[in-house]
Amino acid sequence: MIVAERKPFEEIYECVKRHRKVLLLGCGTCVTVCMAGGEKEVNVLANQLALAARDRGDDVEVMEHTITRQCDDEFFDEATMKKVAEVDAVVSMGCGVGVQFCAAKFGDTAIYPGLNTKFYGATLEQGVWAERCAGCGECVLGDFGGVCPVARCSKSLLNGPCGGSADGKCEVDPENVDCAWQLIYDRMERLGRLEELEENRPMKDWSTNRDGGPRTVTREDVKL
Amino acid sequence: MSEQKTLKSGSRLEKILTEGHFAVTGELGPPKSADVEIIKKKAGYLKGVVDAVNITDNQTAIVRMSSMAAGLFALQAGLEPVVQITCRDRNRLAIQADVLGAQACGLRNILCLSGDHQRFGNHPGSKNVFDMDSIQLINMLKRMRDDKVFACGDEIRNTKKQPVVEPRPFIGAAANPFGDPFAFRVIRLAKKVKAGADFIQTQCIYDMERFKRWMTEVVNRGLHEQVYILAGITPLKSVRMAEYMRDKVAGLSVPDGLIERLEKAENPREEGEKIAVEQIQEIREIPGIAGVHIMAIEAEKSVAGLAEKAGLLPRPA
Repeated sequence: MIVAERKPFEEIYECVKRHRKVLLLGCGTCVTVCMAGGEKEVNVLANQLALAARDRGDDVEVMEHTITRQCDDEFFDEATMKKVAEVDAVVSMGCGVGVQFCAAKFGDTAIYPGLNTKFYGATLEQGVWAERCAGCGECVLGDFGGVCPVARCSKSLLNGPCGGSADGKCEVDPENVDCAWQLIYDRMERLGRLEELEENRPMKDWSTNRDGGPRTVTREDVKL
Repeated sequence: MSEQKTLKSGSRLEKILTEGHFAVTGELGPPKSADVEIIKKKAGYLKGVVDAVNITDNQTAIVRMSSMAAGLFALQAGLEPVVQITCRDRNRLAIQADVLGAQACGLRNILCLSGDHQRFGNHPGSKNVFDMDSIQLINMLKRMRDDKVFACGDEIRNTKKQPVVEPRPFIGAAANPFGDPFAFRVIRLAKKVKAGADFIQTQCIYDMERFKRWMTEVVNRGLHEQVYILAGITPLKSVRMAEYMRDKVAGLSVPDGLIERLEKAENPREEGEKIAVEQIQEIREIPGIAGVHIMAIEAEKSVAGLAEKAGLLPRPA
């Protein structure tokens, strides 16, 4: 899923106070799972904003609404569009994709991001999420025992660990980050495939990554 | 080493190693300013003391004069530079451009490194590149030199009518026998050799026992016959420095015995030099070692004394 974190309150408040009527729009998919921008978080933030506006004497009315997904046309139903039409601005509590989808849909209504979108990741435990995929566009996981050196090695090294691997940890953040190459080594050893790691991997073609420019996927077979 | 004596680069370092001399390389950190005098001064300390000198490339991710420019000044000052190139700051276009420039400037040795992560330096908010890793960098240089092609496969010539003028570097790489997983450390060296490394400089050695274990593996695989291995030496200047090396540098262990010796010494700096001399003598006895790489960090002045005491002087012509 896409993992995001809510922006600091004051940063959001600075945007909100420029308007009279604001809609906080939650998203029911990834950011609900990572507890950043779902119905619950929308409700908490709406109350905080309303309280702050009252205390500081700012004339702002805050409304709440959450849809299933902000990155798909079909979830922007009539009720949602009606709510948007009533406000001066929308704070999207979706990921960066949701914010942009809203901006494109809502025409002349101002739109602000309520979250900082972080990465494609997984839940490690309640309250802890970690990056697992860099979306490079050419998956190499099959060659590395299911551990990604592109996303999980701090230097995206494809030919083994750098000198900064110590006790299974990455020197860049030994508290929180495992050395991807220690994980790769352990997995490949377990799979009896260590000799594959002795092969020299050529330079990666980064044109399938963001380096090739913004990307699109078109499937002619499923287009309507 | 190979029977044929055709030189790949013609660098002094290559000649010295090919002739079977025990090589000595040093290190010169470029200034954190545009001050050329510092390079000249440091070069003066190292001239005649080492066969070649590494010019670091934004070492520890702290901005310094470029290794290419500082290397050129070191060359003019009578040293033979080993220009370091990291994968952190430049992509394949920029690196190949610099390799052509290095050749044109007469810089004959290039050391290929992944590079310290920018988190440790003075621009932690910068974007890193890592278009390739050090092993891929080695191979890119080898292909430029031996196959006379760029990474994209194009021939290294200005136009179809003009001649191929390829860079001819003596290709170096680093090895860290002290990082984890230990079993992968020799594999990584083997990959660097396969990629085309001509010489290796190791991380500084304090844990001699582990280094010897690593070298045994190296020799068992016959890697010492395919690549010249220069053992890294960094003289300890104080107890604080030893503790810093032990605690702050990932993948580096400093045995308690060494720290105790520094603690008990009246003059820790002299004791550190004494330890380094002993290390060099011990390393010379290890099968498969072709030389030493003395990294006296911001202490270039001390190298001559150390080399003298370790019996490394005079250097061959």
